[in-house]
Amino acid sequence: MSRTGVRMGARARWTPEQVLALAPDEASSSAGSRLGVAGPWSETGCSASGEAVWGRCKGSGSTPYRTVVDLTGGPAASCDCPSPKFPCKHTLGLLLLWAGDDGTVSEGEAVPDWAERWLTGRREPAAEGGAVTGGGTATAAGPADPEAARRRAERRAARITAGARELEQRLADLVRGGLASAEQPGYGVWEETAARMVDAQAPGLAARVRELGAIPGSGAGWPLRLLEEIALTHLLDRAWLSLDRLPEPLAATVRTRVGLTAPASGPAVRDHWQVLAQYDTGDAKLTTRRIWLHGTETGRTALLLSFGAAGRAPQLALPVGAVLDAALSAYPGAGQVRAELVEQFSAPVPAAGPPPGGTTAEAIAAYGGALRDDPWLDARPATLTGVVPVRTDTGRQLQDAAGALPLTPAAANRPGLWRLVALSGGAPVTVFGECGHQGFTPLTCWSPEDPTETVPLV
Amino acid sequence: MDPANTAHTAGAMPWEDLVPAALLGTDRRGGAAPEAVLDAAAVHTVRRRAGLRAGAVAEPPEAAPPDERARLPEPARRRLGQLLAGRAAPAPAGGRRGAAPDVAELLPQWLAAAGRHGYKAPASALPALLDAARARTDLRPLALAFAGPRGLWLARQNPEWRFALRGAAGGAALPPTDDTEQVRRLWDEGLFAERVALLAAVRAEAPGAARELLASTWATERAEDRLMFLDSLRAGLSDADEDFLETALTDRSRNVRATAAGLLSALPASALAARMADRAASCIALDRTGDRTGDRSALVVEAPHECDAAMQRDGMVPTPPPGRGERSWWLGQLVESAPLSCWPARLGGRSPAEIVALPVADDWQPELHAAWCRAAVRQGDAAWSRALLGSPSTSSLAERAKLLATLEEDERADWVAGFVSAHGLSEAFQLLGVCAVPWAGPLGRAVVDALDIARDAGSYPWSFSGVMGLAERCLDPAAAPQLEALTTLATESEDASPGAAGYWSEAFQRLVSTLRLRAAMHAELAAP
Repeated sequence: MSRTGVRMGARARWTPEQVLALAPDEASSSAGSRLGVAGPWSETGCSASGEAVWGRCKGSGSTPYRTVVDLTGGPAASCDCPSPKFPCKHTLGLLLLWAGDDGTVSEGEAVPDWAERWLTGRREPAAEGGAVTGGGTATAAGPADPEAARRRAERRAARITAGARELEQRLADLVRGGLASAEQPGYGVWEETAARMVDAQAPGLAARVRELGAIPGSGAGWPLRLLEEIALTHLLDRAWLSLDRLPEPLAATVRTRVGLTAPASGPAVRDHWQVLAQYDTGDAKLTTRRIWLHGTETGRTALLLSFGAAGRAPQLALPVGAVLDAALSAYPGAGQVRAELVEQFSAPVPAAGPPPGGTTAEAIAAYGGALRDDPWLDARPATLTGVVPVRTDTGRQLQDAAGALPLTPAAANRPGLWRLVALSGGAPVTVFGECGHQGFTPLTCWSPEDPTETVPLV
Repeated sequence: MDPANTAHTAGAMPWEDLVPAALLGTDRRGGAAPEAVLDAAAVHTVRRRAGLRAGAVAEPPEAAPPDERARLPEPARRRLGQLLAGRAAPAPAGGRRGAAPDVAELLPQWLAAAGRHGYKAPASALPALLDAARARTDLRPLALAFAGPRGLWLARQNPEWRFALRGAAGGAALPPTDDTEQVRRLWDEGLFAERVALLAAVRAEAPGAARELLASTWATERAEDRLMFLDSLRAGLSDADEDFLETALTDRSRNVRATAAGLLSALPASALAARMADRAASCIALDRTGDRTGDRSALVVEAPHECDAAMQRDGMVPTPPPGRGERSWWLGQLVESAPLSCWPARLGGRSPAEIVALPVADDWQPELHAAWCRAAVRQGDAAWSRALLGSPSTSSLAERAKLLATLEEDERADWVAGFVSAHGLSEAFQLLGVCAVPWAGPLGRAVVDALDIARDAGSYPWSFSGVMGLAERCLDPAAAPQLEALTTLATESEDASPGAAGYWSEAFQRLVSTLRLRAAMHAELAAP
């Protein structure tokens, strides 16, 4: 097995930035930073293979808290402090201490009983589950009553169909009356329509409708953007209503876009997956974490999604810049990049450099091509090699000899933009990001000066 | 991005007709069914997106100048990330700070050490570094020096970092000081900040050349600029500057005159110093008549009765601030500007210590000693500083701190150690602040002993939080092992404040872990 992109023999400790990226909020990040030093800690250690870290942290009580982190997974952690946050500040502090690598957390220490108990308890269920081999399929237990499940699915499909018809009607009414009316104050039709789509159990349609409602306030040129998005929503409605006439991969894509997600069912693909980016989006109710992976041997790009409800950080977190020996299973649908982490075989190691990339022209052409499989696709992952960030009269863009991609307005206003500009210094860099019709959103950058340093831009 | 130029129209309607139809409503814009408009718009939209092309290339930016300094070792790079990430951490509420160190407080020290080792800042850290420098003016010189030419290049592109382009940071573009032609051009054409930086750089290399540069344009400079330029002569001041300073005594601006006089008075051999010495000497005399029983000499003071034009020309300010008498105000200025070397001859060959010990008649002692303190600081006179530090009337800690600064590092540390041992910590803060970092062994031991005594006395550690914070930043990391013993929980004595023992243990733990952290920081930076 070739090990392209994997720096062998290097210690797999994380950087403080990677650790702090796990923090659920600013306060945890600060509190964790204060605990990332030797003072309050005792009985610290980590396994030689870098799979687990443990330690006891002195808190306000008489007994120090016991903190263990299993790094082979998302990572997972256990701490007997009363904090409702995950990971808690002790976990962050312990990881920072370990990342700091000043000798406080030494390798190969004997695992204390309390840590051993948790680590063993954690690994047992995994051993019982379907073992994944290269190319094998994880066997999931079927539903208890297949007939009842089928009836439930039919009922839901019928409700979505009713919802899609209703949405069609509303879109047609809107075009009949004119989109210009959508800008009028107190125009509450979107909110109400979105609620109707939630009732119809079509969360994908509901989300689209909510986004439609935001467009009239989005600045110059909004009527065109609104027309485009309404047309694509109409296209999705039509596709759903004629689902039985679509080829299966496209039908699967339509089901996913409407909000009917099937479990990841693709064959498990074992590879050395390089973590290219991780970032969160969302509102007060739900946080969505997106993690982009690149298979160093298969050359595939995969997206892991993880969700956290109401102020809790999503459980899955991977260090950007690391490479994992892991198996992923893809979700159904044509052109689908979403996958699920099935199993991780060892602790992450640092990547040696950026993934292979291409030109700006290739990236935008690849996005165009991907629309054949999924016309609702907003952006597609792309690595640009040798691009320079340039400021123009109309905004910022990434350019190479082949052409230029404007940055999306959101990306141009993020603080990470300045890390990109600083790393470039006016010279070409390699950038990973999402490329789509609104422009390019840079997520990660590597400078030629130090290609082993993976710099997150979000 | 340009939409692909489609040769034929998509769907049933051309895009140009679709948009107004959708915008105004198909009811008003003739005939087409809404569904047909949406069908056509969907085809157009997907087609436009699928046909997007990369856009036109713009003029690339000027590249950042190269930075030849060495790259940070990897562990030091990670530490910097941690320090910058911890920068925004808010201080915990209340007096209690817990056992964990305050990493943000170590950033200045880290930057200074990285600068001494000659490392360049990692490009990815520049935005956070500039943000830190924007928020904390005390960090600016260190942070901007570390950020280097690429930091300035970056700052030029973001209005929020404009502060970096003002002042000393302009020094990055200075020509070599021996390139007279380029120096001349920058001096004649440069911005004010560049000229100040240039003058300072030339002064550091060749004091005479800097003075000549300044003299060449002196008459045409604006008054506030003259003041700043003149001040830069403070570095490397010598008797060779006297003639130039003498001419500045006749300057139109009073502030310029005062600065010139101040500089001249710091040159004991200058004519101004001699004039001031004569004036001061006429005001102070030794009186042996006061006590006939023995050798009980005393000083008598006859303060000046006027501040004449000549005195004003020598930089004396005639009008006292509110609440001060004219004559004592004049006396203070005279004594402050007179060379200290004139006093032993005038006062019977006594040493500075003996002179300071003399009684002073008519309550003039505080006035006189305060003026001598200012003179000792201005003239950097260690012998007089030593004498005045021991004088009981030198009560102001600020004055003492200034006097200490004129002593050699070792002597300064020893003096402060003695002070801490004798008086404890409650007044030591300012004095500790002028001692060299890391603290010398005896000084560190004195501070730790004093903290231990304060603990035994049963007070709370936050009564000493200022000194604690200083100790975290300044104690020699080698002191960590001896501190370990203090981190154990002492049994609480009856008269101690409730819970104090626990808080002290915590405070000492934080001290120890901060020292360990500093040791690790320096080791990481020293690594090849």
